[in-house]
Amino acid sequence: MTDILATMAGTVFKVLVKPNDQVQPGQDVIVLESMKMEIPLQSEAAGTVAEVRVKEGEFVNEGGVLITLR
Amino acid sequence: MLRKVLIANRGEIAVRIARACKKMGVPSVAVYSDADRDMPHAKAADEAYHIGPPPVQQSYLVQDKLIEVAKRSGADSVHPGYGLLAENAGFAQRVVDEGLVWIGPPARAIKEMGLKTKAREAMMRAGVPIIPGATACVEGPDAAGEMAASIGYPVMMKACAGGGGIGMTVVRGPDDIARAFEECAHRAQKFFCDGSLYLEKLIVGARHIEIQVLADSHGSVVHLNERECSIQRRHQKVIEETPSTAVTPELRERMGEAAKRAAAAVGYRNAGTVEFLVDPNLDFYFLEMNTRLQVEHPITELTTGVDIVVEQLRIASGEPLTFGQQDVGQLGHAIECRIYAEDPVRFLPSPGKITRLSMPGGDGVRIDTGIAEGVTVTPFYDPLLAKLCVWAPDRPEAIDRALGALSAFHVEGLKTNIPLHQAVLGHPAFRAGALSTSFIEEHIQPRK
Repeated sequence: MTDILATMAGTVFKVLVKPNDQVQPGQDVIVLESMKMEIPLQSEAAGTVAEVRVKEGEFVNEGGVLITLR
Repeated sequence: MLRKVLIANRGEIAVRIARACKKMGVPSVAVYSDADRDMPHAKAADEAYHIGPPPVQQSYLVQDKLIEVAKRSGADSVHPGYGLLAENAGFAQRVVDEGLVWIGPPARAIKEMGLKTKAREAMMRAGVPIIPGATACVEGPDAAGEMAASIGYPVMMKACAGGGGIGMTVVRGPDDIARAFEECAHRAQKFFCDGSLYLEKLIVGARHIEIQVLADSHGSVVHLNERECSIQRRHQKVIEETPSTAVTPELRERMGEAAKRAAAAVGYRNAGTVEFLVDPNLDFYFLEMNTRLQVEHPITELTTGVDIVVEQLRIASGEPLTFGQQDVGQLGHAIECRIYAEDPVRFLPSPGKITRLSMPGGDGVRIDTGIAEGVTVTPFYDPLLAKLCVWAPDRPEAIDRALGALSAFHVEGLKTNIPLHQAVLGHPAFRAGALSTSFIEEHIQPRK
C-alpha cells in the first residue's frame, strides 16, 4: 500500500483519478490550491487507486493522505 | 469627509488604506479571520473585528458579516481594497443600499467592465481599440474551435467573468482546444462562479501597459500616466515600472485619452486602471479595466506625487479633484517588485512561519507590507508578502537601487521569489528595456 500525500497545505481543487484507475509514476492525480495557485500533485509509484480520501473543496494539511494505492 | 472607514480586506493593502485614513484624520476599522489575528493589518486600524474562520468564503467574502461590522462600529463607508469583494458589483450595490458609501466605482460600472465581452462592446462604441476576437461568449468546445479557426491561431482563451490572469490560457492549434476549454471552464466556474469563456487573438511579443485614471463625481477624469507590467509569471504581474521604455510622450497622450474615454463610457468614478496590450508596432488594444485600486499603485504615487488612496477617500466623499490633466507631472523612474512566498524556480507556493525578517530602507525605497517577523503566512490567501518599490532620477539608477534593496531583503522560514527578481533586474535584456509578457519564459526560465 502506497499513500499519496499532500506536499503542502491547501484546498483540493480537482481530483483527477477514481478508485480502480491505474496510475503511473509522475502522473498528475490531484490538483491542490494553495495561496490562490494550483499545484498538480503526482503519484510517485505505479499502482491501482484503492481509495480517494479527499473531496474537491476539502482543506488538507501538509502530509495529509490524499489517495491510497494498492 | 467620511466619518469612519471599514477596510473590507487584509494584508498589505489593508495596512495601506489604514495609513491613508490616518493621514486624512478619518478613523478606520479592520477585520480579521482566525488565521490573521496577529497580522499587522489587524493592528493598523483604530478598531478591529473578528469575522470568522480562515477560508475567505467563511470570512472576508461574507457580505453579511462585513455589513454588520460596519454598522456595529459606526463606519459610514467601505473600502474594498483589491481582490476579495473589490470587483463584486452585488456587494458594491449592497453597501450603498445599506446607506453606506462605497469607496470605489458605481456598481453598474463594475458590472459593465466585469463581463469582459460586454466591456469589449462598450469599448468599441467608445472608440477604444480592442483585441480582434469574439464579442460573445462561446458555448462549448466545438463552438470555440470554429471561433478560433475564424480568428486564426494562436488564440487566448479567457473567462468572460474573469480577470487577474486567472482562467486564461494560450491555445496554439485545433488539437488543444477541447482540453483547454474544459480546463478553463472548470477554473472560471471555480474562481468566478461563471464558467463561460471567450476568445481573443494572441498578440505575440506584446507588452502589458496600463493607465491609472481618477474620476470624480463632478465629471472630471484625469490619467496618471502608464505602468509597464510586462514581467509576469502565469499571467500575473511580478515587476512593474513607470515610465515604460516603450511609451513616447505622444503614445502616452493617446493611451491616456483612450483610458479616459473608457472610464467615461461606463460612467466611472473613483480610481481605476485601464489595461492595454501594446504590440511591437506600438499599436495598443484594450485588455480590461480593473475597477478598483491596483496592487502596483505605489509606483505611480512615487513618480506623480499623488496619493491615490487619499484621492479615493476624497472622491468618495464627493469632493472634486483638486488638479487637472495639465497638473499631472512625471518625475524620475519607479519600479515595484512583488515579493511572493513562493519557490523562485518552480513558482510553487511556500506558506510558513516567518522566523526572521529584515527589510531594506533608505533613500527612494518604499515597502508596503502586511507581514512581520514571527507571523505565519497561511495557505488561505494570496502569496504577496511585500511590495518593494524604489524611486530614482532615471531607470538605470532605479534598477541599481532595486537590486541593492533586494540584496538587503532577508526573509527566513519560507521561500521567496527574491532570486527571480534579481535574475530579471540583472538581465541585460531588462536593462535594455526590451520587455514583453513572455520575458520570464524567454530569458529566465528556458531550462525545463
